[in-house]
Amino acid sequence: MILALTDILPALLVTHAPALLVVAPMVLAPLVAMLPSGRLAWGFAVLGTGFSLIMALVLLGQVQSVEDGAVISYAMGGWAPPAGIEFRIDTLNALVLLLVTGMGFLASIFGWPTIKAEIASAKTSMFFAAYLVCFTGLCGVAATGDAFNLFVFLEISSIATYVLVALGAGRDRRALPAASNYLLMGTIGASFFVVGVGFLFAATGTLNMAELSLRLEDVEDNKAVLAGYAFIFVGLGLKAAMFPLHQWLPNAYAYSPSFVTMFLAATATKVAIYALIRFLFSVFGLEFSFEGASLILILMPMGLAAMIACSFQAVFQTDIRRMLAYSSVAQVGYILLGVSLGTAAGVSAGLVHLVNHGVIKGALFMAVAGAVLVYQGTSLNDFRGLGRSAPWTMTAFGISGLSLIGVPLTAGFQSKFALVQALLEQGWWWAAIVVVFSSVLAVIYMGRVLEAVFFQAPLNPNKRQKEAPLIILLPLWGLVLVNLWIGLNGRFLFGLTDGAAASLFGGGF
Amino acid sequence: MTDHHIILRVVAKVLIPFIALYGFYVQFHGEYSPGGGFQAGVILAVSLILYSLIFGIAPTMRAVTPGFARAVAAIGFLLYACVGIAALIGGGNFLDYDALVDEPVGGHLGQHLGIILIEIGVLMAVAGSMTAIFYAFAGRVSEIRDEDW
Repeated sequence: MILALTDILPALLVTHAPALLVVAPMVLAPLVAMLPSGRLAWGFAVLGTGFSLIMALVLLGQVQSVEDGAVISYAMGGWAPPAGIEFRIDTLNALVLLLVTGMGFLASIFGWPTIKAEIASAKTSMFFAAYLVCFTGLCGVAATGDAFNLFVFLEISSIATYVLVALGAGRDRRALPAASNYLLMGTIGASFFVVGVGFLFAATGTLNMAELSLRLEDVEDNKAVLAGYAFIFVGLGLKAAMFPLHQWLPNAYAYSPSFVTMFLAATATKVAIYALIRFLFSVFGLEFSFEGASLILILMPMGLAAMIACSFQAVFQTDIRRMLAYSSVAQVGYILLGVSLGTAAGVSAGLVHLVNHGVIKGALFMAVAGAVLVYQGTSLNDFRGLGRSAPWTMTAFGISGLSLIGVPLTAGFQSKFALVQALLEQGWWWAAIVVVFSSVLAVIYMGRVLEAVFFQAPLNPNKRQKEAPLIILLPLWGLVLVNLWIGLNGRFLFGLTDGAAASLFGGGF
Repeated sequence: MTDHHIILRVVAKVLIPFIALYGFYVQFHGEYSPGGGFQAGVILAVSLILYSLIFGIAPTMRAVTPGFARAVAAIGFLLYACVGIAALIGGGNFLDYDALVDEPVGGHLGQHLGIILIEIGVLMAVAGSMTAIFYAFAGRVSEIRDEDW
């Protein structure tokens, strides 16, 4: 199907797909900023993200056209790498790009009703411009093969994100401190990252990631490289909300506009985790002596701690969005635990969970946004009995919630099963027990919500039955179907993640 | 307008045109010597900010409206991206200046044209957004009146 797409599209679009994927939303952003009408801006946002999605599919088709996964290199401005900036797409990039563009496209479709309700109409087109800039940045991070360019795109997306979060102030003033906290933490993270890249540049004289990985082999014991490693690790860890650097996340997710929460939860931390994986395994490489120790001594305990501590915190939340936000940090823990194994199976399991969690949390926040739009209120009390008044919205919420717990036949089960298998393969049975324990905590915190939604009497029994608008229900159920499809037949996704992990371990680039 | 800032006002009136002119000097020398759109954009915006510090934000906003500043920023950004896309259509990669003009091998017209257009885009984007940011801070009306505290 994807190959057929490559045949239909004009050759210009196919050969320049890596650049166009990032450029299309980038060009639309200033255009949208000048538009007077929010509705028109929404149309452009859907078009731009949809176009990027098609480009991501084309790239995936090109990467998959070869048995072991091809690598597409695109030289910006015709300057050949390593001197020029290179966009480099392998299976891992294509997978992350597909996640970001797919979620971005669905988010843009679903966004209109909630944005209209939550954002002042004079600011709507600027809001969409900021959203497109954020989307551009995330795509750029996932596409680029240049360490400094990655920093630039990371900042492009982050700065737009701070704006998007702060615009939640129309609904709840607490969005402003949340955004300024996020700004401070995010800027610290970005500064750490760029300092780390500076150290690497000083030691090797190149910024191209493929070239870096080659040259780093000769200077492995250099103290500057070790310092650079630590800086990059912490910087990207902050962006990825790695425990205990996740303090910015719960408030940012709880108080930003519903649309922003949904988009960020499904993409932003995922892209940062991708960057972390890229640096750990491709740029530094597993032979890097420092790294083996840091994976087991730092990444693994952090992952375990996130799974336990943040799941506990989620249990005690009364606000649904805060609860889901804490659960997000816990899920980042699962992904990092898989990565910390340092084996192909572990990284593959981590990547499966990265995609699955995007799909699950995207759907959950989408359903919450739909409920908030119609019924207001995000506390557990407000959700009582919604299963009866909005069955379609809440069934989607329920299925995704079960998937978050890891019930069989859903995507969440596939990734947790893969993770436990990878853990047992290495003999980390105690970590597998922690995974199961954390899933029990997920049963508790999701169970509280599902019980309130489906088994308690509605808050106001006279409230007539009212669903979220169709424009929310369609992308929501799209995500739920994807979730169930992965749960029933994970072959497509596992094929991709195994390919991505193999390319990470097969000599990096 | 009070009189006791007369020195400031006279000096500013003399200086501001030169500051703006210096901005354009930095802009057009950026191709061969240190400088370029980024610095030039900041200098240009500074001339405007200096004017508003001394003569007040209201007359500045009348001369250069916030909407105009935002539009300049957006058009500058757009100009940059369009040069990249023009190169794409000309048969090169994104931002490949050589593909902008059809010229014999060894010609540098494309490179000159590309960098000048890009730098103008950067100038507009930076000057426009610096001004817009300044307006956003300086022109902010407090949401609670002082008497209500």
